[in-house]
Amino acid sequence: MTVDDRFSQDFRETRGDEPLGTRNEIITGPVSDWATDFSHLEPQWSADPYPIQDDLRRRCPIAHTGRFGGGWLPTRYEDVAAIAYDTERFSSRSIIMSNFRPPHEIAPVGGSPPISSDPPFHHDARKLLLPAFTKSAVARQEPATRAFCHALIDTFDGHDVVDAAGDYAQHIPMRVIADMLGFPPEDGPRFREFVENTLEGVNLPPDERIERMSRLFDYLLGQIRDHVDHPRDDLTTFLIDAELYGRRLEPDHVAGTMALLLIAGIDTTWSAIGASLWHLAKNPEDRRRLVAERALLPTAMEEFLRAYAPVTMARLVKQDMRWNGVDMNADDWILLSFPAANRDPAVFDRADEVVIDRQVNRHAAFGLGIHRCVGSHLARMELRVALEAWLERIPDFTLDDPAAVTWSAGQIRGPRTLPLRIR
Amino acid sequence: MKLQIDPERCQGHGRCYDLAPGLFGEDDEGYGKVLGDGLVPPGQEHDARLAASNCPERAISALES
Repeated sequence: MTVDDRFSQDFRETRGDEPLGTRNEIITGPVSDWATDFSHLEPQWSADPYPIQDDLRRRCPIAHTGRFGGGWLPTRYEDVAAIAYDTERFSSRSIIMSNFRPPHEIAPVGGSPPISSDPPFHHDARKLLLPAFTKSAVARQEPATRAFCHALIDTFDGHDVVDAAGDYAQHIPMRVIADMLGFPPEDGPRFREFVENTLEGVNLPPDERIERMSRLFDYLLGQIRDHVDHPRDDLTTFLIDAELYGRRLEPDHVAGTMALLLIAGIDTTWSAIGASLWHLAKNPEDRRRLVAERALLPTAMEEFLRAYAPVTMARLVKQDMRWNGVDMNADDWILLSFPAANRDPAVFDRADEVVIDRQVNRHAAFGLGIHRCVGSHLARMELRVALEAWLERIPDFTLDDPAAVTWSAGQIRGPRTLPLRIR
Repeated sequence: MKLQIDPERCQGHGRCYDLAPGLFGEDDEGYGKVLGDGLVPPGQEHDARLAASNCPERAISALES
């Protein structure tokens, strides 16, 4: 047996001669016109993006910005779906709209396969992960997830007001993905830092952003080395041992996929749980109905996913082209807003209302096409169990102070402070 | 009524086997599959239509026979 020395040297140090990406000037501050200057990092967007998207859908419907080096924001379902399906003309080489474009040579693998990958490599990298994330595979996590939710609620004893985002929602996906990757459960607070740096640190100065991102990869490298020395039955050891095209994965593929599972596994579900509880705190008739009709929860959950879809993706335009009435340039960003698609009245009746017994709900919260969220079955299990446990233990709750609710900035949107009065 | 999944369109969202577990199942990678011969037993037409109308990829056809 040969020694696995792929991780003995830091894989980042072997990249010295590779091409660099491109950076653009960072532009922040109030948006002058959302049709020509949009930014999903500004507070007005975080606080309530839906009126902005609805307005753009009526008058544009594809908005532009000069920020981030140039990009487009389609707001109709039809356009979002067309781009999601068109991997020939839109690349996933980077899926976080920022002020840095990775070099073209990074395609078709990208920095965090398979979300950052293009065909044909994408299919093979994704196929590796699929069996671990089927509905029946993730069902094995359900008893531990439920017990953990109840343990979190136990800590609310004696409190009249709790932060449902900070004291409940965030911990659930952190614990589940840490268990699946085989990371120490007490490292949760560090994961929050990694998530915020990756997704909300987009407009930081380059040196600071690089330094913060390197902390994530330092941590992952430490975990990988520990798993090389002490293999166990978890996703980290699985990725270390996995093979593609007859050989084990490149070290930066292993680390990039682990980064993806950690980051995408946490903030998205945290946001979905928080947004659902926020809705129920504000809408007592929906809350009372779900407490009384527990079988309705899976249907209601799909409606929360439609109306408060947490995830917006990004693409990069491959070549200059005229596309649905606008002139796109190579390397323009596309901010691929599944939340905007999900509120398009051309596709959804009463698109701007939350209808918890909506029967036909073809929402795109987990994306469309080949990049459908690999963790969607896990996310649905966590969201369902988190809401079931909460409604069973805390059937009666209200927003304590609507003005105190805060929302994350950037492509993943959900409550980050959510004070709820629980008795 | 006969059910079919277009494997070119299915991406494994799993809405069909969530909503109509008597008619659809998952394969080893989470893609949907039609159980049995795809003929919908009497009384399950509602489940069949519900699954077809909730597929985000429009991969399911429910053909009246």
